[in-house]
Amino acid sequence: MGMGRALAVALVGLNGHVIEVEADIGQTLPAFVLLGLPDASLSEAKERIRSAAQNSGIPLSRRKITVNLVPASLPKKGSGFDLAIVMAALNAAGDVRRTGGTVFLAELGLDGRLRPVRGVLPAVLAAISAGCQEFVVAQANLAEAELVAGARVRGYDSLAQVAADFDADPEHLVFSPADLTGTAGGGAPRLAAADGPAGDTALADLSEVAGQGEARLALEIAAAGGHHLMMMGPPGSGKTMLAERLPGLLPELTDEEALEVTAIHSLDTTKSGITALVRRPPYERPHHSASTASIIGGGSGIPRPGAASRAHRGVLFLDEAPEFDKRVLDALRQPLESGELVLHRAAGTAAYPARFQLVLAANPCPCGKATGKGIACECTAMARRRYFGKLSGPLLDRVDIQLQVNRVQLSQLSDTGQRETSAQVAVRVQMARAIQAQRLRPFGLVHNADLSGRILRGPLRLGGKETHLLDRAMGAGTLSARGYDRVLRLAWTVADLQGRDTPGADDVGLALTLRQRGEGL
Amino acid sequence: MKAKDELGQSGERLAADYLEDHGMRVIDSNWRCPAGEIDLVALDGAALVIVEVKTRRSRRYGDPLEAVTAAKLQRLRTLAVLWAREHRHVMGVLRVDAVGIIMDGRSAPSIDHLKGVA
Repeated sequence: MGMGRALAVALVGLNGHVIEVEADIGQTLPAFVLLGLPDASLSEAKERIRSAAQNSGIPLSRRKITVNLVPASLPKKGSGFDLAIVMAALNAAGDVRRTGGTVFLAELGLDGRLRPVRGVLPAVLAAISAGCQEFVVAQANLAEAELVAGARVRGYDSLAQVAADFDADPEHLVFSPADLTGTAGGGAPRLAAADGPAGDTALADLSEVAGQGEARLALEIAAAGGHHLMMMGPPGSGKTMLAERLPGLLPELTDEEALEVTAIHSLDTTKSGITALVRRPPYERPHHSASTASIIGGGSGIPRPGAASRAHRGVLFLDEAPEFDKRVLDALRQPLESGELVLHRAAGTAAYPARFQLVLAANPCPCGKATGKGIACECTAMARRRYFGKLSGPLLDRVDIQLQVNRVQLSQLSDTGQRETSAQVAVRVQMARAIQAQRLRPFGLVHNADLSGRILRGPLRLGGKETHLLDRAMGAGTLSARGYDRVLRLAWTVADLQGRDTPGADDVGLALTLRQRGEGL
Repeated sequence: MKAKDELGQSGERLAADYLEDHGMRVIDSNWRCPAGEIDLVALDGAALVIVEVKTRRSRRYGDPLEAVTAAKLQRLRTLAVLWAREHRHVMGVLRVDAVGIIMDGRSAPSIDHLKGVA
């Protein structure tokens, strides 16, 4: 009798805080008091815990149990504290030994089985950096928790097994809650989630794209330099097909990036579970009816990540971009600027990384027929203006490549000659990335797309011979100062792909053609 | 007499014996008035102790002590005053205890005595 303790982790966004669960048993009538700002689902833990302990053969003390979650001022939510609370309560009653620095992360079923919880990866990451090393999770979360280097993780099926390992009297323990092998939190078919959201783009290969030489080149340059891309073209010209093939050109994520991405996906309520790090850059294509909260993150209480964060280190594709709500589009400016989404709510502030590569696609006009001479177009001039008015200047300013995509000709479609595969292009992209990483290291940057005008016109200034075309365009008033910088950024990537140290006049010329604005824009 | 009342009766007798064994003096039992009933009244030294006894055959429907609610405790304090007035007891220290008993008829009954619950 007396005090018991156990550790758990509370997640605020992706940031974890190690929570000390204190349990005290008082000599008064039976009751269960839970303190420390629990939300509704956490308050329900009281009932789950009593039943789970009873059905595991180690009933809770028949006295007043007071459980406090420290720090008490931090709001806590969800069912992931169940195991830590029951272990603290059992420890207070002397039924199990002290749990020391072990962190418990699992939900309890009424029959005493352990169920997996979301966000195990970020929770373990946070606990490790706070100095904890021992973890106890549900069997179904074991693979996910073990992704973190330095974590000593044990996975269990039931509370009785955990209690037995912490020296509970094995005589009374009930080890197998009815058909434990059955559906322990959907334990079996979890492999599909391993390749994560890249799964649907893994099969899309660039070799399937007929013709579209310029678009293929633009895609390669976008992949190499991390440039945002906008494609404009009539319906059926292959904009979606091209966008789907961008993730396949991007290099694998580094260990650090993979942990970031997997941590976000670990919070995702639609994924069943994580067994391996997400190694391929994710690909998100929200529909244009999407709400602001679903794109940038939101929800009641502590906001959850949205599509922009799920696309972190990958590609966010907005098909029919002008059809999106203007507020949604403008909300994307913050992550484009800072690579992060900070969501402020009354219940707290959550920051989610959102460093994605933006791909926009648009029809030339609302009816989509304004191609070529545009004779077939049924739209009024006003409708066309309004259509592109949604894409605000500040947003398009960040999009380096603005490309016109045309319908494929019949001759190109039937041309069955050998076309380059994604793998072949990815090799060149990889090389270009290595070159630019080395050049940009002194500036603390990784991608050419992140180059600011100050650097482009300062340390990386090109000679007058190279920029001749640009200077003339600017003099003629067809190129703005911002546009000038954009072309320079692209020119560096073009040079990197060619293996040249600095861009030549040809590279600048090619870059200039990649930012032609489509008709109507 | 109904079976459940019989169980309660034997539980209260058991509780009385238990309290006597533990140095308390039981001075009244099953005292009734329009406001309710007190199971046992005892003296522990100078303290007047009102005892609520709950008896069950098993824990299948929860622990007997879980059935002692805050409202019940409030009523017991009121009854204590009524009892003291009728018996011209000079009230010193007042205490309310709860005794939970499990009698499954096979093994020896378990007795759980909580002092000063209200």
